[in-house]
Amino acid sequence: MKNLGGPVAQPPEQMRYATWLDWGTRVGLVVLLASFAAYVLGLAESHVPVSRLPELWVHPVGRFLELTNSPTGWGWLALVHRGDIAGLLGIAILAGSSVACLLALVPLYLARGDRAFAAVCLAEVAVVLLAASGWLSGGH
Amino acid sequence: MTMRRAATLGLGLWLLSASAQAAAAAPGSGVPWWLWPLGLFVACFVMGIVAVPAGIGGGTLFVPIVGSFFPFHLDFVRGAGLLVALASALSAGPMLLRNGLGSLRLALPLAVMASASSIGGAMLGLAMPAQMVQMLLGLVVLGIVVLMLVSRKSEFPQVERPDALSQALALHGVFVDGASRRTVSWQVHRSVPGLFVFLGIGVLAGMFGIGAGWANVPALNLLMGAPLKVAAGTSSLVLSLVDSSAAWVYINQGAVLPMIAVPSVVGMMLGARIGARLLNVLKGSVIRRLVIVVLLFAGARALLKGVGVWP
Repeated sequence: MKNLGGPVAQPPEQMRYATWLDWGTRVGLVVLLASFAAYVLGLAESHVPVSRLPELWVHPVGRFLELTNSPTGWGWLALVHRGDIAGLLGIAILAGSSVACLLALVPLYLARGDRAFAAVCLAEVAVVLLAASGWLSGGH
Repeated sequence: MTMRRAATLGLGLWLLSASAQAAAAAPGSGVPWWLWPLGLFVACFVMGIVAVPAGIGGGTLFVPIVGSFFPFHLDFVRGAGLLVALASALSAGPMLLRNGLGSLRLALPLAVMASASSIGGAMLGLAMPAQMVQMLLGLVVLGIVVLMLVSRKSEFPQVERPDALSQALALHGVFVDGASRRTVSWQVHRSVPGLFVFLGIGVLAGMFGIGAGWANVPALNLLMGAPLKVAAGTSSLVLSLVDSSAAWVYINQGAVLPMIAVPSVVGMMLGARIGARLLNVLKGSVIRRLVIVVLLFAGARALLKGVGVWP
């Protein structure tokens, strides 16, 4: 440990990831809040009326989907004009922002000849995309 | 001191009364729909305030407390819990990366393991009967309480020699310690056992929707030898990646309801900002004890709910 105290330059890939993450999170949160405001203010028609929610959210997700005829997977995109479903757009941006950040790092790692970390980034992207693809299913 | 104690006690009572009020009103009892998201927002705001001085992630408090005292099914609570932990980790990420308290290089290999296993954990959690998940959640929460009571911390662990894998992946870094103004160089060891531990942490994070900072930090600090502040910062980066994967499973299964998730995320984030500002005013050890008591209660409630003793 040295007693220097000044700021320490962080690796360029770390700084690039920070910038992309910053913007991804900001955009995600703005979309999330705007769509939710439109939803609760009734500016957009809801797929499930808000007044019915208290009798529905007590059920397991499978039963909830049956009772509300709600979509699974990426089916929500077709209903994104509905107030309640639109909220998923901001959530999807937040959950997907890491993918863009990681892809932005790959050229930096490759230019430096750091193939191992380029591969680690791509592996993480593959895992998030696999989860996002909807190919994997669970449920009661 | 008396003022501080009164303030901490007041916060605790607020947390408990918000939960109790929510629990008292049964669904379908004529309670207007908007009272639930409002109550959730208030409860999450208070959880956000106490989470920072208590040194625990808001997501860890969210699932046991909301799952035990609000009428929402546990599937939706876990979906919202993942988003609470994800939004908090994403928001903190840029600052942690810029000041070197979070190491992307250290986080990435661990995150790949934990993300992959979190998908399995999320699928397993959504496939298991709710009572089983409740029971296991109760056990995990009680385990967290034990960990909070007994876990040691090492500010700057001694790592004499990095292992072959951490050397090959160059898992080391430098940061300026804000308290001592010293520039600290660090390296890690035991990276192979570390990778396996994160495989298990991912399963828990996905299955229960709880942020896994309570497990990440000891694994990075005590097992791998990262300085405590780097362990806490890197844990947040790992969480942001792991919870992204698990959150997608919940989104695809329809287990994310914006009416539950959004007030929770906003309440928790606003509360955390207040909590960070009150860090010097509130007595951390008292808040930590209060949180332990609340978690003990919520964990016992989840366990008893799971075995059908306290439905």
